[in-house]
Amino acid sequence: MKKSVLFGALAAAGMTAGVAGAATLDDVQARGVMNCGVTTGVPGFAEPDANGVWQGFDVAVCRAVAAAVLGDSTAVEFVPTTGKTRFTALASGEIDMLARNTTWTFSRDVDLKFEFTGVNYYDGQGFMVPASLGVTSAAELDGATVCIQTGTTTELNLADFFRSNNITYEPVPIETGSEAVQLFLAGSCDVYTTDRSALAAQRANFPAPDDFVVLPEVVSKEPLGPLVRHGDNEWGDIVRWTLNALITAEELGVTSDNIEELSAGTNNPEINRLLGSEGTLGEMLGLDAEWAKRAIAAGGNYGEVFEGNIGAATNIGLARGLNAQWTDGGLIYSPPFR
Amino acid sequence: MSDTHAQSVAFVRTTEIPPAPPPTMETGAIKWIRENLFSSVLNTVLTVLALYFVIRGVIAVGPWMLNGVWNTGSLRECREVLDGTNAACWSVLTERWNQLLFGFKYPPEFYWRPTVAFVLLLVAAAPVLFNALPRKMLILTAIYPFLAYWLIWGGTIITPIFAALGFVAAYFAFTNGERMYGFFLGLVAGVGAALITWFIGGIIADAMPGSMLEAVPSRDMGGFMLNMILGTVCVSLSIPLGIVLALGRQSNMPIIKGICVVFIEFVRGVPLITLLFVANVVLAYFFPPGTNLDLILRVIIMITMFSAAYIAEVIRGGLAALPKGQYEAADSLGLDYAQSMRLIILPQALKISIPGIVNVAVGLFKDTTLVSVISMFDLVGMIRGPILSSTDWTGIYWEVFIFAIVLFFVVCYGISQYSQWLERQLATDHR
Repeated sequence: MKKSVLFGALAAAGMTAGVAGAATLDDVQARGVMNCGVTTGVPGFAEPDANGVWQGFDVAVCRAVAAAVLGDSTAVEFVPTTGKTRFTALASGEIDMLARNTTWTFSRDVDLKFEFTGVNYYDGQGFMVPASLGVTSAAELDGATVCIQTGTTTELNLADFFRSNNITYEPVPIETGSEAVQLFLAGSCDVYTTDRSALAAQRANFPAPDDFVVLPEVVSKEPLGPLVRHGDNEWGDIVRWTLNALITAEELGVTSDNIEELSAGTNNPEINRLLGSEGTLGEMLGLDAEWAKRAIAAGGNYGEVFEGNIGAATNIGLARGLNAQWTDGGLIYSPPFR
Repeated sequence: MSDTHAQSVAFVRTTEIPPAPPPTMETGAIKWIRENLFSSVLNTVLTVLALYFVIRGVIAVGPWMLNGVWNTGSLRECREVLDGTNAACWSVLTERWNQLLFGFKYPPEFYWRPTVAFVLLLVAAAPVLFNALPRKMLILTAIYPFLAYWLIWGGTIITPIFAALGFVAAYFAFTNGERMYGFFLGLVAGVGAALITWFIGGIIADAMPGSMLEAVPSRDMGGFMLNMILGTVCVSLSIPLGIVLALGRQSNMPIIKGICVVFIEFVRGVPLITLLFVANVVLAYFFPPGTNLDLILRVIIMITMFSAAYIAEVIRGGLAALPKGQYEAADSLGLDYAQSMRLIILPQALKISIPGIVNVAVGLFKDTTLVSVISMFDLVGMIRGPILSSTDWTGIYWEVFIFAIVLFFVVCYGISQYSQWLERQLATDHR
């Protein structure tokens, strides 16, 4: 806790240095490569494959932005960051944007002086326990030992949840998710808590997944999204609207398969504005007309990215749930392209 | 006399009895076992207990290791193949060995470059480590750092050539300058010559971008290669620096002594991991925006500072162990400071310090795994980051860490055996 306060303070102090190089877009275009902060590895969200190529749901956001800005979805330098180094890396200008399963909170937005450019995954904190424990609700976890990753919002939510329910727990602090799983499987703690997406991903690879249950309680809101530094609104707009372009593309039925065909011009003016065959949206962003087309073509629309990396057909096997389009009863909603 | 018994006994042996083998209980393996394992009740009990645990251990671990699966694409497939039997999934090693050794971003087509650099390291280190080898091999040792840099990082060959030329120029300027104008001006001339050469080299390298080996950025280094780079570079830099610091701390000149004492005590008073965090996150705030000192370079500087302070203290112990008579003897021979240190004091002091220096070196090599906390993907960082949290392999644990243990053990045990051999060669204990 002390440590994160220290680094938070440093991050804030570093803003004075960061603001000096405000025109991130110019820097990125001059460099020819965008530096994107990711995790050191979360299954499905960001992980290098056997060939060393980064894959994942967060990675796809970085690639879309790179495609929009530089015209090349591979022109990304992925900078792996830990929970402790991510904010200083962004504040000091080492990375241009952070797409690292980072929860949008008040203090991170306001106090650490970052700008969250949207939400690409609505998560919530959950609990996993061995089925043999016979627990059906998190409220029955009085006196439990809990494996928890340090330096994350889950750590704070856990304390809040137990305090508000007037029950006690004993935390077992752990650095990475995979170590937490190992300790949990070895029986060092009764409960493992983290975001429900990560719980699902890790449970899928347990030797005996059925011996463990995820409790029904969702104890926190964890809107995860990409973020940039305060002080460069043009760059923030580019990241925000690239994400929105992916979301809008799904809503309008633009996929990586039909995008070539649709970009020739359609009867739907919003698709035309999105793909640049009508209007000057790209110019307003300081990019060319086809920026969104390239971003969508890089990895497909939001739905394709979701299904390809963490969807029901993958090993992670997450349902859309809250992350369905608003038209399907989810929370994924983009402001109009107009 | 000899006939006396001829009538009273039936047979007298006239030849010598051939020597019988000693009783089986008193020879060979049985004797060794009796003396070493079952010499007393307590030892017998301990032996039986130890045997019990060893056998239990082998029974528990042996099948798990031997029945392991070597050729599946993910932990899931591996579990299917194993079908409930408890055995290792070594296939994580067959699939990811290259990432464990070289990091996940080093281009696979260039794996031969660090491999060649590693083999050359053995050749280049040999004349330093073994006195019996021809001294001419030291030329290769002198070239090696520049060659290895070029092999691993690639880029234009002009850079390492001029880096080396700078040192050569500095050497000649210093030796000539010292002879003509004394030590201090010679030193200035040496530094000046090196800087001028490097400056010219920098201009030429910029003007001729064509390179024989494709450049690989530092960020792409990883795996055990990174541990080896950090370990080798930091140990070889920190020993000379440590000697200088130790001598400085013994100096009569108050400013030099003060600087050395403050440096050593400060660095020893700070945990290595703090220095690494400083190197990673805090230094970026002190540089003007846009400057980006290479992360590996920053880490090498920090680790070298850290181990130099420890080695300085080890060598100071060696210096203190020498009787005062040795210093006085050197003075009485009319040797100046540099000569007396080089010829009389240091050879003896370093000999005494060998175990301590090796101890620091082994510790340092293992400490290089700490860089994983600042999100550099060394061997441990590779395991904890990309491999343990990949969709395919999340949930695997023992197999990859056993691999890391084996790699580190081989290197550290090798260093330790070498130092014991060296001590025997030099016979430091005055027996």
